[in-house]
Amino acid sequence: MGSFDPLIASGLAAAIPLVYAALGELVAERAGVLNLGVEGMMLVGALAAFAAVAGGAGLPAALAASILAGAAAAAAFAVLTLTLQASQVAAGLALTILGTGVSAFLGRGYVGFRAPATFDDLPVPGLSGLPVIGPLFSLNVLGYAAIAMLALTAWFLFHTRAGLALRAVGESPAVAHALGLRVTRIRYAATLFGGAMAGVAGCYYAVAQFKMWQEGLTSGNGWIALALVVFAAWRPWRTALGALLFGGVTGFGLYLQATGVHFSPFLLGSLPYLATIAALVAVSASPQLLRRHAPASLGKPFFEGD
Amino acid sequence: MKLFKLLAVAAVLISVGAAAQQPLRMGFVYVGPIGDGGWTFSHDVGRKSMEAKLKGKVQTTYVESVPEGADAERVVRDLAAKGHQIVFTTSFGYMDQTLKAAKSFPKNLFYHATGFKSSSNVFIYNCRMYEPAYLAGIVAGHMSKSGTLGFVASFPIPEVVRNINAYTLGARSVNPKITTKVVWVSSWYDPARERQAAETLIGQGADVLLQNTDSSAVLQTAQDKGVYAFGWDSDMTAYAPKAHLGSAIEVWGPYYTKVAEAWLAGQPFKENIWWGMKEGMNDFVSVSQIVPEAARKQVAAKKAEIVAGRFHPFTGPIKTNDGAMRVPAGKTLTDKEVDAINWYVEGVEGKVPGK
Repeated sequence: MGSFDPLIASGLAAAIPLVYAALGELVAERAGVLNLGVEGMMLVGALAAFAAVAGGAGLPAALAASILAGAAAAAAFAVLTLTLQASQVAAGLALTILGTGVSAFLGRGYVGFRAPATFDDLPVPGLSGLPVIGPLFSLNVLGYAAIAMLALTAWFLFHTRAGLALRAVGESPAVAHALGLRVTRIRYAATLFGGAMAGVAGCYYAVAQFKMWQEGLTSGNGWIALALVVFAAWRPWRTALGALLFGGVTGFGLYLQATGVHFSPFLLGSLPYLATIAALVAVSASPQLLRRHAPASLGKPFFEGD
Repeated sequence: MKLFKLLAVAAVLISVGAAAQQPLRMGFVYVGPIGDGGWTFSHDVGRKSMEAKLKGKVQTTYVESVPEGADAERVVRDLAAKGHQIVFTTSFGYMDQTLKAAKSFPKNLFYHATGFKSSSNVFIYNCRMYEPAYLAGIVAGHMSKSGTLGFVASFPIPEVVRNINAYTLGARSVNPKITTKVVWVSSWYDPARERQAAETLIGQGADVLLQNTDSSAVLQTAQDKGVYAFGWDSDMTAYAPKAHLGSAIEVWGPYYTKVAEAWLAGQPFKENIWWGMKEGMNDFVSVSQIVPEAARKQVAAKKAEIVAGRFHPFTGPIKTNDGAMRVPAGKTLTDKEVDAINWYVEGVEGKVPGK
């Protein structure tokens, strides 16, 4: 039996893109916008990042490209749902399907080779060798930035006026509007942020983790990110907890197999999803709790009418 | 129903009329995108090489990402009805749908990959990936320092179990102490989980990995962690030049060409085939320069023996991993037995799931 460090490291690596995507969605949902297009935005961001490095543009450009691509996809969604008042559920699903298809189509020429530039691990000297917490200090830039984004998002939402305004818009857009807040504009901003973060998650997959482009690269993790937002009861730090749980349970299942413990791989394969469902049930077991945290006007359109 | 009959008659008329002057039309049904870099990609390479060889004489159409199940039947019917005299359905899960659709088009020919049911106008074709997997094992046996190999597996079906066995047998022919750890990911294509599985195996000391899944994630992970791995389905050198030791591949072009040529010659190909390296349907290619020359020579020699029909990876003595003698010395498993392997050879850790 080896040490647990590789297990922790692989759980962390799996959790980071989920943290990005879930944080972005969390902010959008806090503003009352339910965007089910996370998977589509991630794929578009992943392709944009891979195309940038494949074209020799370098890593900062790749990150920028993924942010822009994710935000652009989210902008299309925002125009449909916030300006044209289309159903958020339908538009979000359409965005996932569109993002999957468009990225597959445009990505044809990028299949079959390794990303020429990649975000590599940057161990912190001295700390990366520590047991248990060592893996936390041997992430790549995007990994460290994810932790910073967690702190930043939590601070923004709960300790700034703008964050308060954003949450007000998600709770009661009519009241927020009466108070003079620009509801649609704030929702646009939150949605674009969500798209940008999903784009970064895609960038992480294409340029930091898998270092390649293949169709459907994200293999359904956008949906996991959506579930994590509910699991986290719309609290930023808890998304990290959920993402670690998900990544950790997946890793643990594989770890058991590799150490020779005989256990059905089918059951192991479904463990992370079972854990997610169990956690969701636990969170919503107290409806009071769930209602207190779910933005009251989540998914409901608002027409400013001026 | 009337419409179907009409379409069927039309298709027959078209095909009869077409045989004389127009090119042979062939349809391909793919389970994944041609950009998957693996299974479907290699079928499409085969289609293109056939088309290039028979320029002007054949015309092909493909439909990609067709889900296994009812949808497949519609696609197969559609291709046949539109005048494709020959239709290839390239995934196991199209088996019953191909048979059903074929009944309505008795003058057309259908070829189904990897299945086990055939009829008067449906024929099966399959390849022997366990042969290149054995050669990969020989390389792994030479390259592994830890004596532990890793295998990222998809589903516990005989096709995958026998590849795990062949890989291990190959490695143990070089170093009898080698063991193989297996991790099942319950998916053909899930880069995130394939990567995590590879990381787990590496964490457990495995230093040469092989995968029976469709993405290149395992190979990429190996490169990142400084260990070795192989390409699967297609030549994956470009994905991870430092980690890549060789690729176990399928080569479908010659078979597709043969089927087309037989039709054009007026003697349609009506056989079920299970081809391997001997017939050129499988190969082990792009063996890395990192591999010592002696090992490369050994692989080349074994390859020549397999091609010549003098060597079969499942030749005894072979013990199962709980110590029982499964294949006595001098015996070789028959095709039927190879197709039903649900036990691990000595050296593979654990049990076949579901057993």
